[in-house]
Amino acid sequence: MRTSIAPKDTGPLQKREAKLAWGMLAPTLISASLVVILPLIAIFWISFKPIGLADLRVPTPKVYERIRGDFNQAGDEAELQYRLTNSSPKEAITGVTMRDVLPEGMTILQLDQRCTLEGRNLFCDFGDLEPGYRERIKIPFSANQAFIDADPNPRDSVAQLTGSSNSVLFDATFTLDNFIKIFDGREFWKVIGVTVFYAVFGTIGALVVGLFAALLLNKSFRGQGILRGLFLFPYVAPVIAVAFTWVTLFDPFSGSANALLIQMGALDQPINFFGQAPQALIMVTVFEIWRYFPMSFLFILARMQSIDTDMYEAADMDGASPFQKFWYLSMPQLLGIISVLFLLRFIWTFNKFDDIFLLTGGSAGTRTLTVSVYEQAFAISNIGAGAAVAVVIFAILVVFSFFFFKYGSQEEGL
Amino acid sequence: MSLLRYGYVVGTIIGLLWGMTVSVCVAIGLSLLTGAAATPGLLAAMPAGAIAALVLLLAKNKQASWLFAGSIATLTGAVLLMLRFGQPFGISLEINTTGQILALVIFALGTALPLAKFLKGIPFGALSRHEFEEAIIRFLTGFGYVFFTAIVAIPFFVMIMTSFKSQQALLANPLDYSLDFSKGWDLFRSYVELFRDFNFGQYLVTSFFVSVMTVLITLLFSVPGAYAVARLRFKGQAMMSRSILLIYMVPMIVLALPIYIVFSMVGLRNSILGILLIYPVTTIPVALYMLQGYFRGLPAEIEEAGLMDGLSRLKVIWQITLPLSLPAIASVSLYVFMIGWNEFLLAFMLLDDPSKFTLTRGVAMLNSSEIPRQHLMAGSVIATIPIMLIFLGLERFMTKGLTAGSVKG
Repeated sequence: MRTSIAPKDTGPLQKREAKLAWGMLAPTLISASLVVILPLIAIFWISFKPIGLADLRVPTPKVYERIRGDFNQAGDEAELQYRLTNSSPKEAITGVTMRDVLPEGMTILQLDQRCTLEGRNLFCDFGDLEPGYRERIKIPFSANQAFIDADPNPRDSVAQLTGSSNSVLFDATFTLDNFIKIFDGREFWKVIGVTVFYAVFGTIGALVVGLFAALLLNKSFRGQGILRGLFLFPYVAPVIAVAFTWVTLFDPFSGSANALLIQMGALDQPINFFGQAPQALIMVTVFEIWRYFPMSFLFILARMQSIDTDMYEAADMDGASPFQKFWYLSMPQLLGIISVLFLLRFIWTFNKFDDIFLLTGGSAGTRTLTVSVYEQAFAISNIGAGAAVAVVIFAILVVFSFFFFKYGSQEEGL
Repeated sequence: MSLLRYGYVVGTIIGLLWGMTVSVCVAIGLSLLTGAAATPGLLAAMPAGAIAALVLLLAKNKQASWLFAGSIATLTGAVLLMLRFGQPFGISLEINTTGQILALVIFALGTALPLAKFLKGIPFGALSRHEFEEAIIRFLTGFGYVFFTAIVAIPFFVMIMTSFKSQQALLANPLDYSLDFSKGWDLFRSYVELFRDFNFGQYLVTSFFVSVMTVLITLLFSVPGAYAVARLRFKGQAMMSRSILLIYMVPMIVLALPIYIVFSMVGLRNSILGILLIYPVTTIPVALYMLQGYFRGLPAEIEEAGLMDGLSRLKVIWQITLPLSLPAIASVSLYVFMIGWNEFLLAFMLLDDPSKFTLTRGVAMLNSSEIPRQHLMAGSVIATIPIMLIFLGLERFMTKGLTAGSVKG
């Protein structure tokens, strides 16, 4: 009897299918690499660059022209001035030339050596401008009557400037200064500590609160749908709205929370919840728990509702108490989703930027790594240092993802 | 533990705690709604709860007749009234009398009725382990409902009510959220000013446009991709379905920095086009992941039948798979819409020109010391209401969308 054997190499049909698959994935892959992978490469590149926010603009020469002097009658002398600057404090501009059309009725008395005049067309070749260069080019002239009558503005014809300079972004200067700067000092380790506190307690808190909420709603009663909807509010509302609401609510002067605590006799003095060192970090963590417990709640509830009820009936027969049922029956079933949620939420909390940025702006001891990226790049205008922090974040995330794939993927199919 | 397992011990503890919970809630509610300086008076409310619990236990708590429940409630209220010398909330009853009486009734009923439920079937003396745990769990459940409702509702209540107040009123008494209806339409002044002077009508339109376009582009990219990952066989299929989620783990701020640099150089900053180039890419991975989970669950036989009858793959997707997965597509669309609508970081970094703001960026603009608080809260309400309306209307889809693909169940 012959046994049929599957063909080993890929047949034409299979090849066509693979081709179609890649074709259908191509738009996603291309867009993802453009917006994710290229920026990641760029971050690595920039992190080794001595670059600030101002360096993003390629330095260009600038000129300002004006006429100095009084003239009342034909033949009076005055000066045409060009103020030439290179505003970049670091970069030279090479091959700078200027073209301008002079107003009518000027008799040039003496021309700068670097300039030539053909009819009314002025052309100057200034060569290279050093960083921070500024010079006033003075061209004395005498005006005739037509000039005085017209009283022209020299800026009516705009002076055309050329000149090139290399931007720091693309040249070959590299430096380790950014990394040295961010690792230097205790500040960095403080930031790491804050980030870990925020991520660990924010994640665990959201999971525990979410589990409790799921236990509450894991039975059908009237109003269950309404409560479930209500519990999801913090997660669905725009972060900016709820963050500002919290800031308003906990304001030391006009916030209801302080007023309430004082009225109830729990406090003597209003507390600056988001403005002082220890409590600000606790408050942003509480906010994180408040905002993201609905997510844990949803996933855990979905898992709970899919647990077979037979098991509980059997346990009832055996006389298990409610806590025993929860601990010995429900928990083992929920461990899978809880561990996956822990990993996911830990990574997301670690990555979170908006919440802290909106609540405290990273002040009062709440600066996490992600807020530090923004702080370095935009507040201190040191893009290179910001990128270096981003690289550090990325390195930590690679480690996380490794764990995620190693331990997370066997459970729950994530 | 065994010391605790007596009806009167458990009853007293639950009564004390529940009396405290209800009185704090009622006092907070009374303060916020009327502006009166109400205090909970725990030293009176806790014994009131405990007495109610003990009476319930002694009366065997047999039938929950209305008369019985009513008399327990009356007793609870009377105890509170007595222990606080006729001032149930620490303020003279002459201030806002109707409000206080109403609050007292709510306290009495809110203490007695749930307690009757918590302690149903619990004997006065020794308890079995079942009865003990049952009572504790019932109490914790009741407490949980109150606790969660309060922590979710209070911030939203404050957001809405602050938008109707004036700065002076807020500073004078931060607890007074009573509405002064005599002001009439003037209550909505912050909203009128936002729409008239701050261009919020346009921000609404921009946000809506951006979110809808994000949904469309995301679907356009992720539906074929998800189908390929779920159904077609090719090398790297397994790797692809996993690594697509990796993109979701790159923090936005890390990407935002180079995107900001590139957009500054090519002039895409301050343009809706630039935003539309970025937003979908942040949502495609998760949409693809959710959809492929759903596609896998669809029976392959129907599609194979279609293939047999001579339809091409693309036609199969268009005519068979897509109509079958409309619920999943609705969920994913809602989820993506929510992400697009709520997105803040990129809008904040990339948009500087007030004529091009999205709603979240517009609200961020209101956070300055020169603009009064109620404007900021009114802006927050405007940003929250549309997404909430959509959410409440389509909650079933939304919850499914939020959990889709990640729970095998």
